[in-house]
Amino acid sequence: MSDRLTVFKTYKLYVGGKFPRSESGRVYEVTDSKGKWLANAPLSSRKDARDAVVAARKAFGGWSGATAYNRGQVLYRVAEMLEGRKDQFVREVADAEGISKSKAAVQVDAAIDRWVWYAGWTDKIAQVVGGANPVAGPFFNLSTPEPTGVVAVVAPQESSFLGLVSVIAPVIATGSTAVVIASEKSPLPALSLGEVLATSDVPGGVVNILTGKTAEIAAPLAAHQDVNAIDLTGAEAELARDLEIAAADNLKRVFRPQPVDWSADPGTHRLTACLETKTVWHPTGSLGASGSAY
Amino acid sequence: MPTAFADVTASDSTLRRFLHGLPGVDAVGLEARAASLGTRSIKTTAKAYAIDLAISMIDLTTLEGADTPGKVRALGAKAVNPDPTDRKTPRTAAVCVYPDMVATAKEAVGASGVKVASVATAFPAGRAAIEVKLGDVREAVAAGADEIDMVIDRGAFLAGDYMTVFEQIRAVKEACGTARLKVIFETGELSTYDNIKRASWIGMIAGADFIKTSTGKVGVNATPANTLLMLEAVRDFRAQTGVQIGVKPAGGIRSTKDAVKFLVLVNETAGPDWLDNHWFRFGASSLLNDLLMQRQKLATGRYSGPDYVTVD
Repeated sequence: MSDRLTVFKTYKLYVGGKFPRSESGRVYEVTDSKGKWLANAPLSSRKDARDAVVAARKAFGGWSGATAYNRGQVLYRVAEMLEGRKDQFVREVADAEGISKSKAAVQVDAAIDRWVWYAGWTDKIAQVVGGANPVAGPFFNLSTPEPTGVVAVVAPQESSFLGLVSVIAPVIATGSTAVVIASEKSPLPALSLGEVLATSDVPGGVVNILTGKTAEIAAPLAAHQDVNAIDLTGAEAELARDLEIAAADNLKRVFRPQPVDWSADPGTHRLTACLETKTVWHPTGSLGASGSAY
Repeated sequence: MPTAFADVTASDSTLRRFLHGLPGVDAVGLEARAASLGTRSIKTTAKAYAIDLAISMIDLTTLEGADTPGKVRALGAKAVNPDPTDRKTPRTAAVCVYPDMVATAKEAVGASGVKVASVATAFPAGRAAIEVKLGDVREAVAAGADEIDMVIDRGAFLAGDYMTVFEQIRAVKEACGTARLKVIFETGELSTYDNIKRASWIGMIAGADFIKTSTGKVGVNATPANTLLMLEAVRDFRAQTGVQIGVKPAGGIRSTKDAVKFLVLVNETAGPDWLDNHWFRFGASSLLNDLLMQRQKLATGRYSGPDYVTVD
């Protein structure tokens, strides 16, 4: 038998549950750490960013309205799918970050574990950050966290998969929807993650993945009036400052970039960054002889 | 009615002979033409012009069983002042309501120059006796409607009874008095492009001021192709008679991109004479919000969102 020709993969964006090419028709070359060509990735335009926001907004009602338990199940399903495609992610991470297969495998395992960890938080975060507040008056006063809305995420540039998972999972675990700008240099694991999300039970539009020049895509997202929060983790200092200024116009929540060890315990601050607190005051009168309000 | 058509409408058979003698429509060619005109890229100043023009052409519509006076007043306020953050935003052409809401709408738009249009003649099905339909029209006109949107009797049309359709339009036109009459064909129910063309000619000969695609209440509403066909009809009618008639696509036009495509059709088919809200309208409810968001984007450079326009 003659040598067969390899079938090259066309990496495409993941927007609204579909896999479109960039509206601009542009692509750019993605290379491994030694400069060897790996694939062409879509070079997104600001119109792609806008389309992604529209998709994310459309998905927000259903996703934020789903029960926390249901969201947890859906996220766990994603972890199951990731487990099944582990080899592919190990290969892509090894190429992207210039590390050995065994080191990449450690990263991928950690990413899947991270995803499961966040899946567990979906129906627990409300108890941790919400609850009854003691107030000086005859009121039952209850605070409850609510998802903020559409969150633009600038994914970390260096940690192409573990870092990526660590910034996406907390956003969607709490019920927000995400428009993610993948690492400019190493976007392939992110685009493959889109394929995993599409074949899990995550509704289309909950996560939207764009690739291309970070600065070009992030600028319209930061200024976009229908984006509620922006995570600047993957933006270098000067860009982050410009984006924060643009984001101020509609009072977006801004998560500032800070040095992170992605392999360390992440804590809950990324979960709470995308939450708004709603507090309800309910008059009770005084109850019982003790005069307790509730 | 132009005298040129007196012999055409002399009898049922002459009218039929005339309508069936109209050149057949090349469906593939029509759709291809409409699609190719839809590929134009309209940017920057041309886009700003198109957005303002489209806003000024909107018949802001609410035609629900659940319409309340409050909702109609809100709609009127929005028609007069579509974007309270930018007073330079043009007004819409009209608000379009059911006959019983005309008085409320009239009060809401006041002396702003925004017209009040009312659907009548047993909208949307048109299934009622002619006396009932005419009563419906008189009621709306008496309440102050500036424009009447009537529906044709599709049952009679599809049964080949063109004379009934013609006579009813004439009777309604008479009942309108000074109000302008828009004739709705419900193109989605007419099945073929040839039928749409025939209906257009019946409407134009019978004295319609506007021909309108649809009610917005059926599956297929305004499409670029059927609007293109109607624009060709009004162009040809003016060439033959000197009488200019307006066109109003309605239903399913939701985005700025769609609206701009229709404006391209108007300019390239009927010509710039029709690029005015006296001769071209959009029947729409959600289109206005998208136009306003695009307008805000052009003004500020930032993409806007649904939080910055009213929820209707």
